[in-house]
Amino acid sequence: MIWIFIYAELLVFGILFLAYAFARARNVALFNESQLHLNRTAGAVNTLVLITSSYFVVRAVAAIRADRTRACARWLLAAVAMAGIFVVVKLGEYAAASAHGITMSTNTFFMFYWAMTFFHFMHVLLGMVILLAVWWKARHGAYSAAEHTGVETGASYWHMVDMVWIILFPLVYVMH
Amino acid sequence: MQYSSQAVAKPYFIAAIGLFVGQILFGLIMGLQYVWGDFLFPEIPFNVARMVHTNLLIVWLLFGFMGAAYYLVPEEAETELASPKLALALFWIFLVAGALTILGYLLVPYSGLAKLTGNDLFPTMGREFLEQPTITKIGIVIVALGFLYNITMTILKGRKTVISLVLLIGLWGLAVFFLFAFFNPANLVLDKFYWWWVVHLWVEGVWELILGSILAFVLIKTTGVDREIIEKWLYVIIAMTLITGIVGTGHHYYWIGTPEYWQWLGSIFSALEPIPFFMMVIFAFNMVNQRRREHPNKAAVLWALGTPVMAFLGAGVWGFMHTLSPVNYYTHGTQITAAHGHMAFYGAYVMVVLAIISYAMPILRGRAAANSPRAQVWEMWSFWLMTISIVFITLFLTGAGILQVWLQRVSENPEPFMVVQEKIALFYWMREVAGVFFLVGLVVYLISFFIGGEEEATA
Repeated sequence: MIWIFIYAELLVFGILFLAYAFARARNVALFNESQLHLNRTAGAVNTLVLITSSYFVVRAVAAIRADRTRACARWLLAAVAMAGIFVVVKLGEYAAASAHGITMSTNTFFMFYWAMTFFHFMHVLLGMVILLAVWWKARHGAYSAAEHTGVETGASYWHMVDMVWIILFPLVYVMH
Repeated sequence: MQYSSQAVAKPYFIAAIGLFVGQILFGLIMGLQYVWGDFLFPEIPFNVARMVHTNLLIVWLLFGFMGAAYYLVPEEAETELASPKLALALFWIFLVAGALTILGYLLVPYSGLAKLTGNDLFPTMGREFLEQPTITKIGIVIVALGFLYNITMTILKGRKTVISLVLLIGLWGLAVFFLFAFFNPANLVLDKFYWWWVVHLWVEGVWELILGSILAFVLIKTTGVDREIIEKWLYVIIAMTLITGIVGTGHHYYWIGTPEYWQWLGSIFSALEPIPFFMMVIFAFNMVNQRRREHPNKAAVLWALGTPVMAFLGAGVWGFMHTLSPVNYYTHGTQITAAHGHMAFYGAYVMVVLAIISYAMPILRGRAAANSPRAQVWEMWSFWLMTISIVFITLFLTGAGILQVWLQRVSENPEPFMVVQEKIALFYWMREVAGVFFLVGLVVYLISFFIGGEEEATA
C-alpha cells in the first residue's frame, strides 16, 4: 500500500520536473541567469544531510532485523535530527531569498524554485512526523525482527523524500 | 439497525430525495429555457431557475451527508448518538429555513429578497452558489455547529475508526470553509479568490473525504473485507486528494487577476486530481472482488461501484479535459464546464448519497438486510436510467461546448454569443430529452421504495 502512495507521490514530482524542463527549454537564458542567485552551498549541505539521514534509516532497519530495538530507535532519532538540520538550512535559504525580494512572481524560474522546493519541504516535515511515530513505537517495543513492517514503511517513505531531493538539487541548483 | 438513534437518519434521507426531485424539475425548466427563452417568464426567469437548481442540489446533498453521518457514526463508534433530539430539531430548522429560502427566491425578486433580509447590513448575497440571504447563511452555520457537536461528541465517547475520523475531518472542513461565504471583500479579485475557498475546497477537497469515508463504510458492510485493508486504501486516497486538490484550486485562478504563477500551479496540480478518483475505482472493484460474503442488497453494491466510476469520468476525465491553462483559455465558462459539472456532481456526490441511502434505508425501515429482489430490480433500473441519462446529458453538453468554443472563440471569424447559442440549439434539445429520461429514472427510483415483496434474509 505504501508503494502505491510512493508511486503516486513520485508521479506528482515527476510531472513537476517535466513542467520545469518544458518551461526551461522555452527560456534557457532566464533560467541560467536566475539560477546563479541560489545558494548552492546550502543546497549541497542539505543533500549531504539528507543522504546521511537516509543512511541512518538504513541502519535502523538493519538494527530491528537483528532484534536490537534500542539501537533501531536511536538510529531513527538520529535520522530525524538530520532532517531537522535540513529544515533549518532550508528556512535560512528561504529567509535570504525573501530578504532579496525573490518571490513566486519574480519570474518563472523562481516560481518553480519556490513551488518545487516548498512542496518537497512539506514532504520532509511529513517524513519527520512519520519517522517520529515509528521511533515512538520502536521505543515502546512495538517492533521485532519478526514483525517490523512499520519501520520498513517509514524507511521507504523517507528514502523517497531523499531521492526526490537528489534529483531536485542538481536540476534546480546546478544544471546549466 | 444496531443503535436506535441511527433512526434520525431517515427523515434526512427522505428530505434529501424530496429536494432531489425539486432540483431535477427546475433543471428541466431551465433546460427548456435554453431553447425556449421566455418559457415560464416572468414567473420563473432563467436566473431564478438556475439558482434554485444549484442551491437545491447543494442542500439535498448536505441533507444526504448529514443523514449518512447520523447513520454511520453510531455504528462505527459503537455507541448511541450523543443527542438524537438535537439531530431531529436541527432537521426541522434546516428544512424550514431551506424551504423559506427557496420560496424567497421564487416569490420575491432577488433584489427585494436582499432588501427584505437586510443584506445591506452585512452583504454576502449576489454571488453564484452563495446566493442565500445572510440570515440563511447564519442559519446554516448554526445547524452545522449543532450537527458537528453531535457527531464529534458521539465519536469522542465511542470507538474511533479511520472511517469516522476521515468523515469528521471532512465535515469540519466543510463547516470551516463555508465561513468564507461571509467574507465579501470589495475587491473583485479577492472576492473571487476566497469564493473558491468555499466552492473548490468543498467539492475538490473536503467533500472528497466525506465521499471516501461513506464509500468505505458501504464497502465494509456489503463486502465484509477486513477493515484494515479498507482503511489503508482510504488513507492513500485522501492523502492524494489533499496533495492534488488544495493547490489544484489554482485552476480557477487563471483569468481573475491573480499572479501569473497560478497558470503553472493550477495546471500541474489539478491535472493530477484524477489520481485519487482512479484509486477509488480500483479500490471499490478490488474490495467487491475480494468480498467474503454475498450481501443480499445488490442495489447498494451497484451504487457503490457506480460512484467511483462515474466520479472518475465526470470529475477526473471531464475535469482534466479543460484544466490545463492553455486549453482553459478557450473553454473557460462554456458548455464544457457545464458538461463537467453535471457528470462530476452526479458521479461523485449524488451517487454516493444514493449508495448510503440504498444500503441504510431498508434497515431503517425495519426490513431485513435488504429490500425484496423485485424492489431492487426497480432500483437498479433507476440506476441505469439515471446514469445513462447523465452520460448523454454530458455528451450533448460536451458537443455543444466544443461547437461553442470553435464558433465563438477559436475560429478566424468569431461569432457573437447569442448567434452561436442558436447554432447549438440542437444539442440543447437533445440534452433536454436526456433530462426527461433522467426524470423517468428518478420516478422509477421513487417507485422502488413502495414495492414490497419477500425481503431478503439478514446477511
